Amino acid sequence: MSFDIDVRRQLGETEIACRIEPGAGVTVLFGPSGAGKSSVLNMVAGLLPPDAGHIRVGGRTLFDAAAGLDLKPEARRAGYVFQEPRLFPHLRARANLLYGWRRAAAVDVDGVIALLGIAHLLDRWPRTLSGGEAKRVAIGRALLTGPDFLLLDEPLASLDRPRREEILGLLERLRDDIGLPILLVTHDRGEAERLGDRIVPFGD
Amino acid sequence: MLSAEEWGIVLLSLKVGGVAVLAVLPVAFALAWLLARVRFPGKLLLDALVHLPLVVPPVVTGWMLLLAFAPAGPIGSLLERGLGTTVLFRWTGAAIAAGVMALPLMVRAIRLSLEAVDQRLEQAARSLGAGPVRTFATVTLPLALPGVLAGLVLGFARALGEFGATISFVSNVPGETQTLPLAIYSALQVPGGEGQVLRLAAVSIALAFVALLASELVARRTGRGTHVL
Repeated sequence: MSFDIDVRRQLGETEIACRIEPGAGVTVLFGPSGAGKSSVLNMVAGLLPPDAGHIRVGGRTLFDAAAGLDLKPEARRAGYVFQEPRLFPHLRARANLLYGWRRAAAVDVDGVIALLGIAHLLDRWPRTLSGGEAKRVAIGRALLTGPDFLLLDEPLASLDRPRREEILGLLERLRDDIGLPILLVTHDRGEAERLGDRIVPFGD
Repeated sequence: MLSAEEWGIVLLSLKVGGVAVLAVLPVAFALAWLLARVRFPGKLLLDALVHLPLVVPPVVTGWMLLLAFAPAGPIGSLLERGLGTTVLFRWTGAAIAAGVMALPLMVRAIRLSLEAVDQRLEQAARSLGAGPVRTFATVTLPLALPGVLAGLVLGFARALGEFGATISFVSNVPGETQTLPLAIYSALQVPGGEGQVLRLAAVSIALAFVALLASELVARRTGRGTHVL
């Protein structure tokens, strides 16, 4: 169960090329801001079509230019936590959490809510949540879809220090308890080394 | 207060305006979607065409409708042969005139609201397993709703006030095409009609005011939290 990625995509002047060999645990894509790391996650999630290459996760092919295969984003079973929470502003936290909940995946809803410590936030509107709270709801929303793998885009960015520790501990628990393949993007070396089993340098 | 005849005028105006905006809403939404979200050749042309009724003299718009819907016209002949009916001198014709005049305002309002919907939220919905239809129904549409309502109210107000296109397209027939502005115009031509003008004008202002208030209230209710990402 891991990522096997080799994609290329021209975006304006810059070419984004990324190659990740299969390997166990948390894969960290590490590089400076603006290098196109988020674009790689978007390609894995199916939100940005690569020009060439392939994307396989846990033996399942999501994209293969040579074979003309390109799964739609809703069919990829990615648990994508964006850099901004992207909570739906017209839905309360509870409805946000359950938006992509797949009963068939037999996800333990109460367990996830307890793990994230968000039981007291369920009736709140997203705009009333702090950055850390919104981030936790966003992570919960991704987990409740019963994803095959997680994509985390700068999960600690724009959080103050106590929140960072809180989310960092949470991510470590996710990694150890749930055991899903995780592809994490960051520009922070400390974060990369603490969370990553493998670090893939990206950009210059 | 209002006489029975004047009540008839008010109700006819509400019917014409209401039917006009409700019938035009799906068209306006589709056009707004095309202009806001789709790239295609000739987009500028379509944009200009949609906005034409806003800048062309309404009388000209009415005259062009008359050409199209006359018994020998391209649409009129179809209606006559297909359904054995006509819209000339009928309230349905008045509704068509009002709808055409309201269209640009509705398209503008809906287009702006669609452009304001953060497409990153739609991406989030897709990655959470929602297909394009569910994403549209549960994310795009609710977030664009205040703009759609604003478009409806603007269009309704415009339809209630429609004069030039209506009078040149379906004439000024009491009880059939004589809406508020046309009735006020007729009353102005009659010596001693000032009382009726005053009452009908007051009703026009009251209707516009209530429509604006109602749309603001609905937008506030549905707009809970929609202003913050």
